[in-house]
Amino acid sequence: MLAESLTLSAALFTIGVVGVLTRRNAIIVFMCVELMLNAVNLSFVALSRLYGATGQVFVIFVMTVAAAEAAVGLAIIIAIFRHKKSVNLQDINLLRG
Amino acid sequence: MQNEFLPLFYTFHFYLFGLIALVGAIVFVTRKSPVAAALWLVVVMFALAALYVMLDAQFVGMMQILVYAGAIMVVFLFVVMLLNLGHPSDLNDMRGKLGRLLAGLVGLALVAELMALTRSEVTMKLVVPPVENAATGTAGIIGPIAGPLFKEYLLAFELTSVLLLVAIIGAVVLAKKRSN
Repeated sequence: MLAESLTLSAALFTIGVVGVLTRRNAIIVFMCVELMLNAVNLSFVALSRLYGATGQVFVIFVMTVAAAEAAVGLAIIIAIFRHKKSVNLQDINLLRG
Repeated sequence: MQNEFLPLFYTFHFYLFGLIALVGAIVFVTRKSPVAAALWLVVVMFALAALYVMLDAQFVGMMQILVYAGAIMVVFLFVVMLLNLGHPSDLNDMRGKLGRLLAGLVGLALVAELMALTRSEVTMKLVVPPVENAATGTAGIIGPIAGPLFKEYLLAFELTSVLLLVAIIGAVVLAKKRSN
């Protein structure tokens, strides 16, 4: 089942990348990043069968960082929405000269 | 090869949950409404949790359901509903031709890498050894995870707790309404 798991993980990561590149809604882009993190977690778990349970320790670290990232990222999105009244990434061009 | 000894039941469900995860992910990136996308992502996470359990990572599977499906996605849905973004029509969500072309190219490159990897000799060598079942040992299911977590990676563990504290304070500061 290892090859299948890694294939599924790569496919999910690809779908996440495509979502990040094609969507404009900042929240959906964030969710695509979460999907990519999940794909990496699947790789960790699959390979932990081969190399011991240390991989699962890293999955827990990834989950913690993902939770922190989601909290801060969504707070930033709320702040931007207060400022711009939009979460469309095209409207957020404050740094453009 | 371990696969020959796996019963048909196991194999069938492994492919079933894998298929659910894949289809759910594809539907997830194509939804216009953020609420629908979030709920489809929850489906993907549940399927992944089932796969974790089938890969002898029961604790990680439970954490997946509790942390991802239970906490992170709820925060996402909360923000979507707080900002009242549930209406897909006025968002003009998909990017233009260039973005789609770029995404298609990146997708094709990644799939090509995937194909090359599955045909290479590396994957042939990745044969799962006969697992001594973690559940039967004295350490139980969580012991093999908790051991390295609190010995080799103790510093990283403590730093993670600091990171969470910083994230909490940062989120409050960022999302707080200015009073003036």
